[in-house]
Amino acid sequence: MTTTVLVPSGVLGLGFSQAALERGIAQGCDVIAIDGGSTDSGPHSLGTGLSKYSRAVCKAEWCALMQARAKLGVPLIIGTAGTSGTDSTVDWMYEITCELAAELAQTLRVARLYSGQDAGFVISKLAAGQVTPLSPAPEIDAERLRAMTNIVALAGAEQVQAALETGADIIIAGRTTDTAIIAALPLARGEHPGACWHGAKIAECGALCSTHPGTGVIRVTFDKTGFEVEPMAPEAACTPHSVSAHMLYENSDPFRLYEPGGYLDVRQAHYSALDARRVRVEGSEWVAGPYTVKLEGARLAGYQTMLLAILREAHYIANAQVWAGKLVSVLSARVAEQIGLAIGDFSIELRLIGVNAAMGALETRKSLPSEVGALCLITAGTQAMADEIGRLANPFLLHMPLTDDEPLPTFAFPYSPAQTSRGAVYEFALNHLMALDSPMEAFRLELNEVGSRADVA
Amino acid sequence: MPMLRDLVRKVAAKNAGPFQVTVDVFCGSAEAYTRVAPALSDSAVADLFGVEPQLLRRFDIPDLHVIKFSMPRPVVQGSRLDRDMHGAQFASLLEELVI
Repeated sequence: MTTTVLVPSGVLGLGFSQAALERGIAQGCDVIAIDGGSTDSGPHSLGTGLSKYSRAVCKAEWCALMQARAKLGVPLIIGTAGTSGTDSTVDWMYEITCELAAELAQTLRVARLYSGQDAGFVISKLAAGQVTPLSPAPEIDAERLRAMTNIVALAGAEQVQAALETGADIIIAGRTTDTAIIAALPLARGEHPGACWHGAKIAECGALCSTHPGTGVIRVTFDKTGFEVEPMAPEAACTPHSVSAHMLYENSDPFRLYEPGGYLDVRQAHYSALDARRVRVEGSEWVAGPYTVKLEGARLAGYQTMLLAILREAHYIANAQVWAGKLVSVLSARVAEQIGLAIGDFSIELRLIGVNAAMGALETRKSLPSEVGALCLITAGTQAMADEIGRLANPFLLHMPLTDDEPLPTFAFPYSPAQTSRGAVYEFALNHLMALDSPMEAFRLELNEVGSRADVA
Repeated sequence: MPMLRDLVRKVAAKNAGPFQVTVDVFCGSAEAYTRVAPALSDSAVADLFGVEPQLLRRFDIPDLHVIKFSMPRPVVQGSRLDRDMHGAQFASLLEELVI
């Protein structure tokens, strides 16, 4: 007996080849699993509890997967639904699923696995010494935990298995590790644990482990001694090199991958080509350890307004950094004087595009660009205050001279009005592990029947 | 003196979660790997990224001709002072390191 997982792409919303998906359906599988997000785009999704991708695009892709699921009669799982896997994004995905069930005339059992953490629960775990910082970790205490807009724990295979055990047709999981949704069924069916986790890591980004990442669809088969991986697009190939190199991806340690309950060790993994397109891997080991889950949390860090001025005058290009330093000092002093804010209650940052906007103080290149973009980012406690500081900054960004003895310049504002309100900005506020007494201690499962003959949510 | 990018196939950087960045030097061949690995010093890399040397982790992977560096992100991803949300431009800094 073996277990086959079909992974349509690295994330719902990014697209996959429909032809490749159909080839995967034709070959059959035991479960279809797709990731719904990551922290890669920053803290905004976790802060707000909103998906970063277009609802229409996610719905269109999910529609194709719901049809595949119905055709094969196997479970369909999405992990980290709606980019950050908060309770609200799980419900967002559930709403899309209910709409599609009605449109496709499907009657389904849908399980929702919630990863959202109540601050009070994490506080009690912290008091009990069951929350430990990773490195580096922000400082936390009860007050900071209560101030976070969302906290999630990353579910592992055990929680996804609990969802599978309900017999659900579709599982919408909140935040999970990238691998858990793929490893869950093979582990439950007794396939080789090292192979389950390693194969899951290789497959979690879809066809990124192949020669043609854009085609999306990957098929992984797990057995008692290893796993085999094949891309479904005929023009794509998995090679021992492309597969082994995937352990490098987004991973601090290329040989170890930590999951709830232990870690994967791939140092003895052996990769062999079954043919020009398929790879078999054996020798990965799962090392069991204490049951901990990683925590992620976001807190509100203020509200922002931005302005952009383009400097093309040679004199200002040559002295851009001095000018920028002077501008920030002058503006900060004016805000304190004329608006009356304390220095710690706002920030004004000027990033010079064309000089060092990407690298900041780490920049090593020294050359003069044709023009400089002065990107002014203002952060304050309310949008109204950030906007007010923006209005104060406006004439200075446009006209401030390098010295008092020279004529006023006029730089280029690319559009009117010159300032743009950016809204709330968030920061990641947790990088911690939480020990659990049992895998489901921090997670919740809800099961509903949805579709043409049931109540639509 | 050559830059790293003159000697290797590719340098790629990515976030490994919001608090760490990982940079992979794909040497492209055994010859390039043998030449670059001893010449690429941990202290030069730590210095370039402004991280304390004891926080820089290095993995030499001869089977893949890859040298990996992992470190705490110079600025936490998405914090107010972060300039590169995906952490990918750090690679372009390393590839210009003179070896």
